Amino acid sequence: MAATPLSFQKMILTLHDYWSDRGCVILQPYDMEMGAGTFHPATTLRALGPDTWNAAFVQPCRRPTDGRYGENPNRLQHYYQYQVILKPSPADLQELYLGSLAAIGVDMTTHDIRFVEDDWESPTLGAWGLGWEVWCDGMEVTQFTYFQQMGGFDMKPVAGELTYGLERLAMYIQDVDNVYDLRFNDHGVTYGDVFLENEKQMSTWNFEVADTATLFDQFRKAAAECENSLAAGLPIPAYEQAIKASHTFNLLQARGVISVAERQAYIGRVRDLAKGACGAWMDKNGWTA
Amino acid sequence: MTDFLLELRSEEIPARMQDKARDDLARLFAAELAKAGLQAAELVTYATPRRLALIARDLPAETQAVSEEVKGPKTSAPPQALEGFLRKTGLTREQLTERDGVLYAVTDKPGRATTAVLAEAIPAIVRAFPWPKSMRWGAASTSTESLRWVRPLHGIVALFGEELVEVEIAGIRSGYAAFGHRFHHPGQITIGSAADYVEKLRACHVIVDQDERRTLIRNRAGVLAAEAGLSLVEDEGLVAENAGLTEWPVPLLGRFDAEFLTVPPEVIQLTARVNQKYFVCRDASGALANAFICTANIEASDGGAKIVEGNRKVLAARLSDARFFYDTDLKTPLEEQAAKLSNIVFHEKLGTVADKVDRVAKLARWLVEEGIILPGTGRGTSEAGGGGAPQAVPPAEAPLHHQPSADGPPPRTGEELADMAERAARLAKADLVTGMVGEFPELQGLMGGYYAAAQGEAQAVADAIRDHYKPVGQGDDVPTAPVTVAVSLADKLDTLAAFFVANLPPTGSKDPFALRRAALAVIALVLENGLRLSLDEAALRIVWDLGLKPYRDRMQSDVAFNTLMQRIWPEFPDHPDDDSIASRGAALMAEQPDLQPFIKELFGKFTDDAPAIMKNALPAAAALRDFFADRLKVQQREAGVRHDLIDAVFALGGEDDLVRLLARVRALQAFVTTEDGANLLAGYKRAANILKKEGVTQIVTPANAGVSGEGAGQEPREAPAFAGATDSALTYTPEPAEAALIAALDAAEPAATAAVAAEDFERAMAALASLRAPIDAFFDDVTVNDADPAKRAARLALLARVRAAVHGVADFAKIEG
Repeated sequence: MAATPLSFQKMILTLHDYWSDRGCVILQPYDMEMGAGTFHPATTLRALGPDTWNAAFVQPCRRPTDGRYGENPNRLQHYYQYQVILKPSPADLQELYLGSLAAIGVDMTTHDIRFVEDDWESPTLGAWGLGWEVWCDGMEVTQFTYFQQMGGFDMKPVAGELTYGLERLAMYIQDVDNVYDLRFNDHGVTYGDVFLENEKQMSTWNFEVADTATLFDQFRKAAAECENSLAAGLPIPAYEQAIKASHTFNLLQARGVISVAERQAYIGRVRDLAKGACGAWMDKNGWTA
Repeated sequence: MTDFLLELRSEEIPARMQDKARDDLARLFAAELAKAGLQAAELVTYATPRRLALIARDLPAETQAVSEEVKGPKTSAPPQALEGFLRKTGLTREQLTERDGVLYAVTDKPGRATTAVLAEAIPAIVRAFPWPKSMRWGAASTSTESLRWVRPLHGIVALFGEELVEVEIAGIRSGYAAFGHRFHHPGQITIGSAADYVEKLRACHVIVDQDERRTLIRNRAGVLAAEAGLSLVEDEGLVAENAGLTEWPVPLLGRFDAEFLTVPPEVIQLTARVNQKYFVCRDASGALANAFICTANIEASDGGAKIVEGNRKVLAARLSDARFFYDTDLKTPLEEQAAKLSNIVFHEKLGTVADKVDRVAKLARWLVEEGIILPGTGRGTSEAGGGGAPQAVPPAEAPLHHQPSADGPPPRTGEELADMAERAARLAKADLVTGMVGEFPELQGLMGGYYAAAQGEAQAVADAIRDHYKPVGQGDDVPTAPVTVAVSLADKLDTLAAFFVANLPPTGSKDPFALRRAALAVIALVLENGLRLSLDEAALRIVWDLGLKPYRDRMQSDVAFNTLMQRIWPEFPDHPDDDSIASRGAALMAEQPDLQPFIKELFGKFTDDAPAIMKNALPAAAALRDFFADRLKVQQREAGVRHDLIDAVFALGGEDDLVRLLARVRALQAFVTTEDGANLLAGYKRAANILKKEGVTQIVTPANAGVSGEGAGQEPREAPAFAGATDSALTYTPEPAEAALIAALDAAEPAATAAVAAEDFERAMAALASLRAPIDAFFDDVTVNDADPAKRAARLALLARVRAAVHGVADFAKIEG
């Protein structure tokens, strides 16, 4: 491990350099609320079809139910994922990945890296893949997936997806027990300085304040707008509305107003929207299922 | 003879799939060899996360030459036949062999090189490999027909002796190259043959034999615990899983903050095991220690210090989350949680979990009030306890405290027990909406028990909440505490009756609601506790309650209706056999005159609904009874109870008391294995066969004196009208053996009937045994098929009487042998 462990932002910059050198397009975060980097159109839509596509980007993720009012050392309702998508999946993807860990300072002679079965499925995207969660000393630091289907369509060819949990990796590299103690940069700013108040306020809003009637209304409107866009033959705006509906559903979940029975119906609704957008994207590009 | 080595190297194979993969590899390989007439002296298989390997010992260099002979036409056959045969075989007349006037085509198949057989076998095995889940990858996956494997396949080593077996599968060519440990030995190594495979890999930090890795983990974990003055909580599942996650396993012991021990130990153990695959340890007193043992996959250069520290942090984070859930859950009383169950659908046809809880609570109370479950122990046969005044359960608003409640006395009176059973049932499912159970569904019940004790519920209530899912499968503890028995039994009976009335029984291998397990649990609870329960009665009560669903639903959605219903709901008929619905309605109208029009209209409609509810109930109860019969056979098989004897008793119909049923079956089993029993069975079968042959399922001959029309159209066993009527009406003098049988029946019938009524089945069997000699003598001396129609009819009637008498105890027709 490097003498001075990388700060949070240095770690991101190092990953950018690493994947940039390996031919990836380095994108900026998508400007919408989403639960995982996989929702980014650069993953979901670009994973479809036959074209080669290699990209890497940071994506802020919002998971309202994971909020802990800033009191839990490593659970956050807003955190960052580093997402790499490589299509077709290269034969040396595992080695490339391990190289990226080495680049950010993980010493594999003193740390235990393991590929532990974890099949990935996103019911809301109609997507699944096989792969692992990658463990570093028992901590899941990356989700490593070979997509098999997206939006209900078989991958032709298969894309490999790496999703790094940046805060976890940084905690581990910097050897801190609490996410808020992370050095954000090398000039005295911590993760807590940047995000602690955000976590407190957003947890309160997610769990206690968000107006559920408004949220239900937003869900309906996003779904309607998705269909409106599909009718106009515009898969990208349609997909954005599916993302919006998905996040609104997550907020409703956090507010505890969706029963178990309804939950499946809502997931099914979002899936239909996402599949519709993926199908329209395939059509637009002239790809067949 | 030569050994063959095959290694299939891939990205990490899930641990849980490795054992089956080894079996499949050996099976498929043996089958491919067998096709070529080859068999290995021994097949050894290995699995690590990154490789699946097989060594086949002592294969010959080539397969045996075989000569195949095909029979052709006779030499004397017409030329067309010969031409046809030559065309078929592609031979000439001169190439055929003649023997005994018949032509044969003989083809000699030379032996094939074993390497050639293997070169065909390997691709066939790889392409047909039955992984539970497989995937496509890489550039080739542009086609959905590309090779599938559990994870990307990268290398094939295939060596027959030292000779390379050349194969190419999806662009992967076989070779001598293998790879050692991912981190200790990342480079390529060369394998010479099967002989050096295991040791070469060991030199590169790969223990290829899974059993060796398991032994190493098991032993080392035990040693580490002992060195720390602790004892390992053994867990073979974890041993195997860790062996499947490592090529060079290195167990390491770490400590976590002792403060976390305030979280229930089951939670700590579960999160350590399920989420982190760690072993846990106990201290000298047997309590869970603040230690964990993880299994690394490397020999770290710092001795593992960083690995232990990293794992400690992860566990601390997990435990911190668990403690967050635990502390948060403790702030909400269980009844408040239980109220949320009305938002959880139990099944779309069966309402919410809150509805279910209400049914279970009523049934649990009923089980006690009926005296089926008595205070003291769960045993229904035990004496009721003293007549102390019922102790009120702690009020709902009791202050929360974290100490487990004091070991209060178990319920002593029926009323106390009924209150506790209902209370426990009403809280039993509340933990389903707690944070902890949301995170760890396996902890359902257990957490409810903790939370109940923490909020000051009686210990018996907390225990019942904790254990009410038990028994969950054969071998699990069967509850005996009366409150627990009441809730557990009511919960499972409700599930069974509800899904049967919704017409959702298990079909074939599909049992999505685990009804078979529920039925086995009911059987275990009933038998273990000697509960005298009519399954039909219990099922009918639940079905009745389910039939009230439209009323409940309307109460939920219609405020005005709910306001009125609340005033009469406690008095609403809760069973069809209660006071007749009309009289209950009349009583309610008298009590609450201002509600007269409402009650009148409601009960008018209700009177119409009730028969429909019951019409639905009866077939469901019958189907459920058959289902129990099947489960009972499965359950009793291990105890050595013959399934045909269970059928023989169930076939009598109407038996829904499992304790009585089994007592009868056991007596029957004891009886049929005696000489008397075996002979009586033979006599019975002879009688039954004659009756069947003569078409006497009922007696219709007018000459059959004494038998009135009521026997017509019924099975003989339902026609005791024969009894005692035949001899008095005989129009002829019976032969001595015939008279003796009549006399024996006259004595045995009432004796057997009385014994059955007294549930003394040994005595009932003894009464039947007294028939054995007279029946044998009757068949020896008396001609049933007499020329005199009156004699014939009377004797057939006598045999029918024998059959009926035997059926009073069991349907011997169902007994094998």
